[in-house]
Amino acid sequence: MKYTSTGNKDTRSGFGAGLHELGRKNPNVVALCADLVGSLKMDDFIKENPDRFFQVGIAEANMIGLAAGLTIGGKIPFAGTFAAFATGRVYDQIRQSVAYSNKNVKICASHAGLTLGEDGATHQMLEDIGLMKMLPNMTVIVPCDYNQTKAATLAIAEHVGPVYLRFGRPAVPNFTPADQKFEIGKAQLLNEGIQVSIFATGHLVWKALEAADVLEQKGISAEVINIHTIKPLDEKAILHSVAKTGCAVSAEEHMMHGGLGDSIAQLLARKHPAPMEMVAVNDVFGESGTPNDLMVKYGLDTPNIVEAALKVLARK
Amino acid sequence: MADIDFLKKMAAQVRRDVIRMVHKPQSGHPGGSLGCADFFTALYFEVLNINPKSFTMDGIGEDIFFLSNGHLSAAWYSVLARRGYFDISELSTFRLINSRLQGHPTPAEHLPGIRVASGSLGQGLSVACGAALAKKLNADKHLVYSLHGDGELQEGQIWEAALFAAAKKIDNLIATIDYNGKQIDGPVDEVVTLGDLRSKWLAFGWEVLETNGNSMEQLLQTLDQAKLLTGKGKPIVILMRTEMGMGVDFMMGTHKWHGKAPNDEEFNRAIAQLPETIGDF
Repeated sequence: MKYTSTGNKDTRSGFGAGLHELGRKNPNVVALCADLVGSLKMDDFIKENPDRFFQVGIAEANMIGLAAGLTIGGKIPFAGTFAAFATGRVYDQIRQSVAYSNKNVKICASHAGLTLGEDGATHQMLEDIGLMKMLPNMTVIVPCDYNQTKAATLAIAEHVGPVYLRFGRPAVPNFTPADQKFEIGKAQLLNEGIQVSIFATGHLVWKALEAADVLEQKGISAEVINIHTIKPLDEKAILHSVAKTGCAVSAEEHMMHGGLGDSIAQLLARKHPAPMEMVAVNDVFGESGTPNDLMVKYGLDTPNIVEAALKVLARK
Repeated sequence: MADIDFLKKMAAQVRRDVIRMVHKPQSGHPGGSLGCADFFTALYFEVLNINPKSFTMDGIGEDIFFLSNGHLSAAWYSVLARRGYFDISELSTFRLINSRLQGHPTPAEHLPGIRVASGSLGQGLSVACGAALAKKLNADKHLVYSLHGDGELQEGQIWEAALFAAAKKIDNLIATIDYNGKQIDGPVDEVVTLGDLRSKWLAFGWEVLETNGNSMEQLLQTLDQAKLLTGKGKPIVILMRTEMGMGVDFMMGTHKWHGKAPNDEEFNRAIAQLPETIGDF
């Protein structure tokens, strides 16, 4: 593989590091948290900027409203909690006070997806991308590793408007360059190929690269593109790739309904119909288990991407 | 010194505006707007330190008001227009297609005076707390005001914000409750009673004032008193007794005009009770 992991690191720590840097760089950045400071790695920001941090307690609806209010006065609030509580629990607050009101709030959601692990389905948010991408004005970002999460955290502070930033709990390969600038809305071509396009997001990007390796050993040339911005979707990059390969696979740690695959399928149906397979959770809740066991059981592992690629190739 | 006579005339004109505004589209919420016409007038023409001609979203260096019970939009729009935020002629577009005067207020249409959307109830106190925190961070001594329905207090988020505001000593915030005892399905006491509302706010750690929201004199006095209580470590709430439908006899003493527009006959009867005082839009 042409990419090398510099070691496993959690994406939430990338968020924490980005927020820490923002605390030093941008005096308008403020942070809020609903009793999960340690889980979201916000300690460094809080230590250096106690006056710019608001501990809200276990009251997520209030946190979203507070964040919307803080923008009135020029602040850039980063509101953090688990993805389950950052979206589903507060959907109406986000819809009215943030998205419809077009407030410069950054919703920072950790422990997204199955890889939250042992806490089980109550906490394993698999519908958040869908919920957030349906909201007008909302930008939806799912970075793939520690470095990219840090870069995305810095980038969304510069972007004016509501943003949903999704990251996770487990340590995963950290392979994107530490100095790589994050470009919102710009898909990343990680591996060029000519027979099948694999579009992955978040934790599945590394697995997609591994899958491309396996496919190469089978004599199949797979293109891997990191869709770190689900919305606005980089339609040009997706259409360009599928025009070349003629088929697509999507891979994400999210429900099939409403996820990245759903966005790509809709795009292809409208502009360039082509066979497509989706690696995603298919209309079921998760359960307790180790992150790895869960990814295997629910079909989100490297072999599942390989299998989807072979299947879609046969449909060409 | 407040010109009470002018304020009363303005409140009367606002009531007339409200009836004309909801009659034209045959849609809207006249009851609460009529009940709070005196409050909106007192606030915007006497109490708030604001710059209507140069509205900014951030509101730095001026007082900020949030309408949490967004269905009182008609009275708010009327007062905003008459205070100079936009031309009063625009009031005739209320709830019609292509209007900036949406059924429930929103900044999405860039109507001066509006900073956040409301309509889905219970969210405005949190937003007001956030704006009050921003004022503190900006060392801006101006105040944040908000209005909420009493029925709206059934929303849990209100109490999340109430707990937070007291815990964090948000003492640059004056919240007001439109305490008319009525909501869509009937009297608040029958739907889900608020019980001892004064004790609830006190227990949450707020300064509590009570007033008659349909007496201009009492309103001004209470709002003055509330201002004096700011900066002392506690958020302030005013329980404002109002009469839903105030000013139109057949709309008073009932919850039935919460969200219903008068037909032509009812409109004529209502408007006969609300003479033009300042000048119609």
